[in-house]
Amino acid sequence: MTSDLLGPIAYGSFFLVMALLNGVVCLGLNVQWGQTGLFNVGVAGFVAIGAYVSAILTTPPSDGHLGGFALPMFFGWLGAAVAAGGASAFVGGLTLRLRADYLAITTFGVAVVVQLVALNAQWLTGGAFGIAFIPRPFESLASTPVLYDLANLALVAAVVLALYIALERLARSPWGRVLRAIREDERAAMALGKSPTRYRLQAFALGGALMGLAGAMEAHFIGFIAPESYLSSLTFQVWAMLIVGGSGNNLGALLGAAVVWALWTVSGLVISDVVPASYEARAAALRLVAIGVLLATMIVLRPGGLIGERALVSRHVADAERNA
Amino acid sequence: MSGAPILSVERMVAGYEPGLPIVNGASIHAARGEIVALLGPNGAGKSTLIKAIAGLALLTSGEVRFDGRDLTQMPAHLRIREGLAFAPQTDNVFASMSVDDNLKLAAGFLPSAKRARRTAAMYDAFPDLARQRGLRAGRLSGGQRQMLAIARALLGEPKALMLDEPSAGLSPKFVEIVFAKLAEIRKSGVTIVLVEQNTRAALALADRAYVLVQGRNRHEGEARALRNDPTIAALYLGGVETEGAG
Amino acid sequence: MNPQVAVDGLMNGALIGLGAIGVTLTYSILGFANFAHGELITVGAYAAMAIAGGVATLVVGSDTGLGALSISPALILAAPLAMALTAGFALALDRLLFARLRSNSQSIAIVMASFGASMAIRAAIEFVFTSRPAYFTRELQIAKPVAFGLKATPNQIALLIVAGVLLVGVHLLLSRTQIGRAMRAVSENPALARAAGIDVDATIRFTWVLGGALASAAGVMLGLLVQIRPFMGFDLLLPLFAAAILGGIGSVPGAFFGALVIGLGEALTVQFAGAEWRAAVAFMVLIAVLLIRPSGMAGRAA
Repeated sequence: MTSDLLGPIAYGSFFLVMALLNGVVCLGLNVQWGQTGLFNVGVAGFVAIGAYVSAILTTPPSDGHLGGFALPMFFGWLGAAVAAGGASAFVGGLTLRLRADYLAITTFGVAVVVQLVALNAQWLTGGAFGIAFIPRPFESLASTPVLYDLANLALVAAVVLALYIALERLARSPWGRVLRAIREDERAAMALGKSPTRYRLQAFALGGALMGLAGAMEAHFIGFIAPESYLSSLTFQVWAMLIVGGSGNNLGALLGAAVVWALWTVSGLVISDVVPASYEARAAALRLVAIGVLLATMIVLRPGGLIGERALVSRHVADAERNA
Repeated sequence: MSGAPILSVERMVAGYEPGLPIVNGASIHAARGEIVALLGPNGAGKSTLIKAIAGLALLTSGEVRFDGRDLTQMPAHLRIREGLAFAPQTDNVFASMSVDDNLKLAAGFLPSAKRARRTAAMYDAFPDLARQRGLRAGRLSGGQRQMLAIARALLGEPKALMLDEPSAGLSPKFVEIVFAKLAEIRKSGVTIVLVEQNTRAALALADRAYVLVQGRNRHEGEARALRNDPTIAALYLGGVETEGAG
Repeated sequence: MNPQVAVDGLMNGALIGLGAIGVTLTYSILGFANFAHGELITVGAYAAMAIAGGVATLVVGSDTGLGALSISPALILAAPLAMALTAGFALALDRLLFARLRSNSQSIAIVMASFGASMAIRAAIEFVFTSRPAYFTRELQIAKPVAFGLKATPNQIALLIVAGVLLVGVHLLLSRTQIGRAMRAVSENPALARAAGIDVDATIRFTWVLGGALASAAGVMLGLLVQIRPFMGFDLLLPLFAAAILGGIGSVPGAFFGALVIGLGEALTVQFAGAEWRAAVAFMVLIAVLLIRPSGMAGRAA
């Protein structure tokens, strides 16, 4: 990857594409958390599901992994969204009626198992070697990095714009209003005959589908995936992006993605260029410390994030107090 | 009224969330050895008021004085040490723990020499509980659970006992039994403040009563006089309009 | 099927169980799934390693194993100190982070914060100690015949004894002592506990101390029997949660039983499917419990 980064335009577009792709994951997480209040601790797993499903559907036959369907990229992306959305629906269906942290624990488990399968089911996923030769958009431009990166940037930007508009309209639609009502006053919403669990399930599945889509898009942009791209540090990164940018807010999600991705990239460059090689791993660890502390601090100080949104005190807390 | 009030609440403003008061400047007093009833329609703030006295609701202004001490800022768990006991309405026993553990828990704040004696005293006063001391409290009937809640509150020899709707969910027979128990308790000198929806039973037991509507004092008087007072019925009917989500 | 699987399962289960006891306690009393619990285990192991190493440099020869065990006097001295240190660390974490979130926010914010804290702690350990696996001792242990043709190493026997002692000890603490009753009361109904005169904040602090100490013991045994590395606690998190949920949150014997089930399942998986699939067992147990009986074996309704 680094060998292609010649020229500031090429690098700049590569950076923006990655920032936008992280932004899509953030948009998905925003639907789950910002709009529905659900805590997904296994984001990396759902992104991985999308990436692997799309890769398997679109790659030519190979001895190294399941493949040979050689479907067009569009079907790969669609399959990715459906698979990740389906997995989210399964987890949601199982845990939404239970306490909120059971959803967290189960999504955590999904990420662990997805990583496990990706690493060990070599016949399916290529194991530690991953899947290569994933069809890339604008393949013909691949020899000119600048054009390739710019074309992909245009594609990804168009998709992100379309998603942003769609999500904003969805938030203002009747469906979105019910979701907000459920978040603010569950009992009132129930009195109107709306089943909170059904809406939360739909929102959770939608968010998961977006994460899968982002995973697929990234897989096709890079052309190669491996299990180590989907570790818990990815989940932390995305959460940091959402919290920094402002949860509940689609624009904030994209902005947070850009800001945190910039910090991540710059610190990565500093580590590889400035820090002596023997200390690189430790410096990288320090970077993760910073993210963890940032995440915890922002939760304590400003649950609303940079582009804040009024933090809603859950009525459930008050009800629980009343019934004590 | 005989003597200075043992419990005095002045102009209390309280609720569960800041900025959303449920009690709006109510005041009540109870004299030593009295039984005082707090009546009123749903949503009147009666429950919230005694919870705030117990330290379990958010008190934004007003004063709570008990036995000569200002309790307003005192942490909830210390109030029982002052002699002020409270039995909530729902979830008023530890259902996952045995009857015996419920009582032993309540004895915890007493000096160790008194613990066994007071626990035994409760078993004497509540023989039904003694028979079921090993049973998980969640398996008790509603009436027995109420008895356990009262026993738990009485264990520390409180000067005053506050109860939130002790008749709730009980059959008429058990309401009689519980209220007879309360009369017995008063004989030992314990002041009793009870919030009640069952106005008839409450006024039959109490010496005085307050009627609260929408978090404010609206009426008060001797229980004897209030039994036949048409104002009360009017206040309850008028209060129906204020019943929101309930 | 090799009957040695039963021993492997038992040992796995005991290791998970040591950690699960702490998880079920803190989960039920503090009221949230603490994603940083794995890091308490890791901190306990590294603290013991650092202290034992310090002792060994001061007192020459104190790092050789006693008798057949590979547990050295240095480690025996270090373990309780590490437990105290970890308990203090847990208290500090609560003071710094969780206590601030208990009063005002939705409870899921605390879980999120624990998630962030776990990353920070894990990476900090990696920063200080690097990710290279470490060991308390280089001495190798030979499995000796125990009974019925089964074999176990002396360290494994020690694990069973430690696990048994702690299991019984915690159970007695919860059922027979005032602080144990207070903990059970707070886990069920903090407001009622206050009305009954319980200092809920003090009880919470004690829970953190106990949870931290238990996690540290788990970390020391895990480090002794397997290895010490920054991800050791984190990798145990899913089995710990699954065990606690299977047993019913708040039930100490339940959590240990759940751990034994998972431990045995892992041992069987290693036999039949290969060691790399071990971690999937915990997930499958979790899904099964959530499908069949989410409150777990001993639990109240969630």
